[in-house]
Amino acid sequence: MKKEIAQSSVKEKIKGFIDSFGWPRLIIAGFLLLLFLVAPLGGISILTSISDVLMRFGMNSIMVLAMVPMIHSGCGLNFGLPLGIISGLLGGTLSMQFGFTGGVSFLVAILITVFFGTLFGWAYGVLLNKVKGGEMMIATYVGYAAVSFMCIMWLLLPYSNPQMVWGYKGTGLRTTISTEGYYLHILSDFLKIKIGNLEIPTGALLFFAFFAFLMWAFLHTKTGTAMTAVGSNPTFAKASGINVDRTRTLSVIMSTVLGGIGILAYQQAFGFIQLYMGPFYMALPAVSAILIGGASVNKASIPNVIIGTLLFQGIVTMTPSVMNSLIHTDMSEVIRIIASNGMILYALTRKSEAK
Amino acid sequence: MDNMTPVLEVKNISKDFFGNQVLKNINFSMEKGEILGLVGENGAGKSTLMKILFGMNEIAETGGYGGSFFLDGKEAKFTSPFDALDAGIGMVHQEFSLLPDFTTTENIVLNREDRKKSSVLSDIFGNRLDTIDRKAMEKNAIEAINKLGVDLDEDMLVSQMPVGHKEFTEISRELSRVGMKLLILDEPTAVLTESEAETLLMTMKKLSRGGISIIFITHRLHEIMEVCDKILVMRDGVIVSNLDKDKTSIPEITKAMVGREVKGGEGNKEGRDIEKLPDVMKIEHLWVNMPGEIVRDFSISVKKGEILGIGGLAGQGKLGIPNGIMGLYPAGGKVTFEDKEVKLNNPDWCIKNGLAFVSEDRRGVGLLLDESLEWNVTFTAMQAQNKYLKPILGGLIKWRDQKAIEEATNKYIKELQIKCTSSKQKAKALSGGNQQKVCLAKAFALEPKLLFVSEPTRGIDVGAKALVLEALKKANKENGTTIVMVSSELEELRSICDRIAIITDGKVEGILPASSSSEEFGALMISAGKALKKETEK
Repeated sequence: MKKEIAQSSVKEKIKGFIDSFGWPRLIIAGFLLLLFLVAPLGGISILTSISDVLMRFGMNSIMVLAMVPMIHSGCGLNFGLPLGIISGLLGGTLSMQFGFTGGVSFLVAILITVFFGTLFGWAYGVLLNKVKGGEMMIATYVGYAAVSFMCIMWLLLPYSNPQMVWGYKGTGLRTTISTEGYYLHILSDFLKIKIGNLEIPTGALLFFAFFAFLMWAFLHTKTGTAMTAVGSNPTFAKASGINVDRTRTLSVIMSTVLGGIGILAYQQAFGFIQLYMGPFYMALPAVSAILIGGASVNKASIPNVIIGTLLFQGIVTMTPSVMNSLIHTDMSEVIRIIASNGMILYALTRKSEAK
Repeated sequence: MDNMTPVLEVKNISKDFFGNQVLKNINFSMEKGEILGLVGENGAGKSTLMKILFGMNEIAETGGYGGSFFLDGKEAKFTSPFDALDAGIGMVHQEFSLLPDFTTTENIVLNREDRKKSSVLSDIFGNRLDTIDRKAMEKNAIEAINKLGVDLDEDMLVSQMPVGHKEFTEISRELSRVGMKLLILDEPTAVLTESEAETLLMTMKKLSRGGISIIFITHRLHEIMEVCDKILVMRDGVIVSNLDKDKTSIPEITKAMVGREVKGGEGNKEGRDIEKLPDVMKIEHLWVNMPGEIVRDFSISVKKGEILGIGGLAGQGKLGIPNGIMGLYPAGGKVTFEDKEVKLNNPDWCIKNGLAFVSEDRRGVGLLLDESLEWNVTFTAMQAQNKYLKPILGGLIKWRDQKAIEEATNKYIKELQIKCTSSKQKAKALSGGNQQKVCLAKAFALEPKLLFVSEPTRGIDVGAKALVLEALKKANKENGTTIVMVSSELEELRSICDRIAIITDGKVEGILPASSSSEEFGALMISAGKALKKETEK
């Protein structure tokens, strides 16, 4: 008898663990582990793989972090991330246009990004306050519209830096612009650690840690607490004297600015600024990463960001190399799409449960 | 003897929602063609009883009910409203269930449309694909409308109708069913104009003469007196009176509705002389647009240190008063608090200037269900009064002071005996009574000079009720907090208030000391019925 009871309690514990951790996260973590286990069979160096994952973590994590404030304030997942990314693109290109180089160009890029991010974020926030309940749908279209509008603007804006404009015409920005000579690897190479095949982009990780700390600290302040409460129960917040709309707008501004800074961190590691349709595809990976990390549509934390980005980028890095070496067909894109879209679908269906 | 079998006989019906008893030992029976009036305050259990009779799913989902009821002598066991419909029960709900873009006819015969001879499609796919016979449908609909005796356009879209016509469409739909024996009308007159209501009452009499039994739920007592044969008064889940129309009067019904027992509850006889106290808040010509609880022209002055009760029947506007002053619903008029004019529609100003509010809507307004008790208790005080914060960098950053938050929360958990596993437990995990205590703790943490409490004991058990009232009394006595308490429970108001204002139609009907008798309060509330009656006569 006693044994049975003990067994059932173990069972319950496991069940409780699975429930709290969530099946999808468990499956993805298991899959990633499997990939690392079979990697040596395909002749792939695990250390190189880990380096890749870390590099991609540094590239993408701030954009994932950008999801946090809007989730806290109840605006849902920021499918309008491309708007933030566009402010980052403006920051990067303007900084280059003004002739700054090296580290200074990165700093200037951040400053310009913060300016445009605040401006765009404010307008975006005002819009989202008018469509309470349908934020995520509207956000998606804000992203689409912003990208398309900027497709025109990249051609029309009077940029003249020869490294950036189309060579044959002398006007209009190219689709990809190299950051070489400006802020290429400005973070990744800072205090970089290299042990054999293992490379750790310390600077990029510290850069993320800095913003993650700011976010964590913000959520512990009076205003941050108010933001969480607004997301949890707007009527309660209103009855406590909080200006709900202003708090929501603030969260959207934060999210937009972080999206912009996130793309700068991405560009310095990647080596190129991707214009035109580039920002179009950036929102979904960030959204699914934070969901894989265990966030829901109305709750998110810094650990969610870290775990989620590691898992998501792990899959993205590992599947092409391992799959290709094992079965000689490129399944990676398919698996990535299934994982990211499946995760979003799962989270959206769980939305009502959380309430 | 066969025709003596009652149409409906209810035996010992009881129902609880997760341990919270809402119906207890309900027994009554109805004859053919009888109109039964069912009255009682909100939350008395009327709707739950009707849901049981109509076989609504939520009853089965919450654990079913105890006891049984019989239709024409046969025990009814409904698993869904469809069974109830088949058995001849029709119900018109408070909210309309009509398709707005369908015509009157289509709504009346929905899913019971007349069919023409089968078409090729229905030969292949079954009779769901029969062609419908619009002429026959129209005929049936008009028949039902005529039975009701009203003037309805059978081709009009529901979305273009005035509310009264929607109501009539719903009733026609129930009447058009074959074998309709028992019609349940849940507050049908609430949305009707006086003349429409009059038509409906006349129709009800006609239907009853035609042999249909009707259960009529309403808050308007004069309507009950006009059409009903028998009157059931419900209170706290039991039937407190079963009255014959000919042998009763509106005062008797009101007394049964509001008083636990006629000679029960002693009023608060501590006899504080509040007349000498200075005014702390002066409310002049307040209006509040709170749906269902509209305040029209409310004026009163609140004395410093008193407990003022605000009572009245449901829907008369008593709930709108605190909600309006605290800025949760649009309000206007002039309110002065300690010689400062209260900024209406501005919760922040109110809280910063020493007002606090415990809302009647615990889950919607009162609590952060998904957050810890710590947050629930301290949040408002933190935001409005900068309590529980540590300044960093000379106050540039206001950091949450976890230690202070925990201390404060634990203090209130102990003081109010909140049953929880720890201060980290989420508010949604607590029972209703304990949630209410958390709401109180939230208000006390603000250390208000004037506290509004709205329905503080609604839906909580007896033990918690006593505790909540005790806590309010204590705050009033020890901290000198002025309390304005709004409640539908007259006895509760009488037990702790100094004086009680009765609200009728958004205005003060009268103010009495709490030691006045139930009868006197009842008389004030009835004038609600009288006033409406007068309007009808006009």
